[in-house]
Amino acid sequence: MTKTINLTLKVWRQKNSQAKGNLETYSAKNISTDMSFLEMMDVVNETLILEGKDPITFDHDCREGICGMCGAVVNGRAHGPEKGTTLCQLHMRHFSDGDVVVVEPFRSRAFKVLKDLMVDRSGLDQIIQAGGYVSVNTGGAQDANAIPVPQKIADKAMDAAECIGCGACVASCPNASAMLFVGAKVSQLALLPQGKPEAKERVVSMISKMDELGFGNCSNERECEAECPKNISIENIARLNREFIKAGVK
Amino acid sequence: MSWLVKTLSTSVGKKLVMAVTGLFFCCFLVVHLLGNLTLYKGMETFNGYVDHLHALGPLIRVAEVLMLVFALVHVTTGLMLTYQNYMSRPVKYQMNKSGGGRTLGSATMPYTGIVLIFFVIAHLLGFHFADHETQTVYDIVSHAFSDPVVVGYYVVAMLVVAVHVSHGFWSAFQSLGVNHEKYNPAIKALALVFSLVVGAGFGLIPVYMSLFI
Ligand code: HEM
Ligand code: SF4
Ligand code: FES
Repeated sequence: MTKTINLTLKVWRQKNSQAKGNLETYSAKNISTDMSFLEMMDVVNETLILEGKDPITFDHDCREGICGMCGAVVNGRAHGPEKGTTLCQLHMRHFSDGDVVVVEPFRSRAFKVLKDLMVDRSGLDQIIQAGGYVSVNTGGAQDANAIPVPQKIADKAMDAAECIGCGACVASCPNASAMLFVGAKVSQLALLPQGKPEAKERVVSMISKMDELGFGNCSNERECEAECPKNISIENIARLNREFIKAGVK
Repeated sequence: MSWLVKTLSTSVGKKLVMAVTGLFFCCFLVVHLLGNLTLYKGMETFNGYVDHLHALGPLIRVAEVLMLVFALVHVTTGLMLTYQNYMSRPVKYQMNKSGGGRTLGSATMPYTGIVLIFFVIAHLLGFHFADHETQTVYDIVSHAFSDPVVVGYYVVAMLVVAVHVSHGFWSAFQSLGVNHEKYNPAIKALALVFSLVVGAGFGLIPVYMSLFI
C-alpha cells in the first residue's frame, strides 16, 4: 500500500519578470509518498487547470537528476532538504502529513524570475561561452590513449564534470556567488592536458564574465558545497583561485 | 601596473587582497600577543620589552605605516565586498535556511569586522596616543585595567577578534588556493586553535591585571 499525505504549499507566483510576485497558498491532497516533488507539483497543477486557473510554471526536463533544468528553494533550501539531490529526485517520503512547504524561485540579481518558479539562468551559459571550452582542430581524431592522464587526475576532472549547471550554488550562496559552478567548469578542463593551452585566457575571461553579470563575491561560506545536488567540492573553488593567481603572475 | 589593478579589482582579486592583508594581521596578532605575555612577569619585564621595541626606532615606524595601509585596504575592501554581496540578491528569500556550510564566524565577518574597527581606534587612542612622558606603558595598562568597564569591553572585543579569525584564518588559505584533501583538516584545526589562543591569550590579560595587580 502506498502511503499518501496532505500538504499546504506556499508557492511564489509572479506573472512575468516585471510583475511583483507573492506567495500563494495551495493544498496538495492525497500525495503518494512515492512521488517526486515535481510529480506532486504536477498533481497540484492538474487541479488548478481543472479549476480554470493558471498552473504554476516551473522548469524541468530529464526528471532523473542529470540535466540541471529543475530547481527551486524549498523551505529555505535549494533543491529541498536532502543532500546531493535535485528537486526532481526529491521524494515526497521526506515530508510528513500536514507539512507547510514554502516554494520559491532561485534568487540572484543575475537570475531574473521569468514566471513563478522559472528563472533565467542563461548567465551560466554566458560564462561557459566566455571560456568554458577547449579549441580542437578538425581532422582525424587522435588515439585516445596517446595522451596519458593519471587516474587520480582523471577522477578529479570527472568529479568536477559532474556539475549539471543547475544554479543551486548561486541560489544557496548568501552572496549569490557563482564560484562553485565556475570552479567546477574551470577545473574539469584545467586538470587535463587538453585544457592547458587555453588555461590562462579561460580563467580570466570566465571570472570577468561572472563579475560583469552581477553574481556576488565568494566569502567561503560553504553553503554551495552543502546544497550542490552533485556534491561538487569547494576544492574546485580553491583550484579556480590558483588558476587565477597563475594567470595573473604569468 | 594596470594588469595588477585589473587583477586585484576582480571578485577573486579582492579576496586575494583580503587574504593577504588578513594573514598579515594574524601574524601581527602572534607578535603582539607574545610581547604582551610579558605583562604576567610584572612591571620590570614588560617595560623592558617596551623599551626594546621602541629602541627599534625606524623599523617600528615602517611596521606602523605598513599596518595602517593594510588596515585601510582590508577595511575598505571588506566593506566594498559586503556592499556588493548585499546587492547581489535584490529580492530576498521569504524563508532561508542554512544547508550546514556557514559557521558563526563566516556568517558574521562584516559585523565582527566593523566592531573591530571601533575597537582598534579606541585601543590606539587609549594606549598608543596616551601620555608617554609622565608614565610608563605599564602604568597606562594597569591604570586602564583597574576599571572593570574597560576590562569587560576588552574581553568582549577579544572574543570578537577570535570569532573573526576563526573563519578568516582558514578562509584566507582557501582564497589563496590552498585547499588540499590531505592538509585542509590541519588548516581548519589550526584556525580553531589560533582563534582560541588569540581569544584566551589577549582576553585573559585584562582579567589577570584587574584581579592580581
Ligand atoms: C585584528 C584585526 C583583523 C584581523 C586579524 C583580520 C583578519 C582577517 C582574515 C584572515 C580574513 C580572511 C580573508 C579571506 O577570507 O580570504 C578576514 C576577512 C574579512 N575581514 Fe578582517 N581582520 C581584521 C580586522 C577587520 C576589520 C577592522 C574589518 C572591518 C570591516 C574586517 C572585515 C573583514 C571582512 C568583511 C572579511 C571577509 C571578506 C570576505 O569574506 O569577502 N576585518 N579578516
Ligand atoms: S556546482 Fe552544483 S549547485 Fe552549482 S550549478 Fe553545478 S551542480 Fe548545480
Ligand atoms: S529535471 Fe533534469 S535534473 Fe531535475
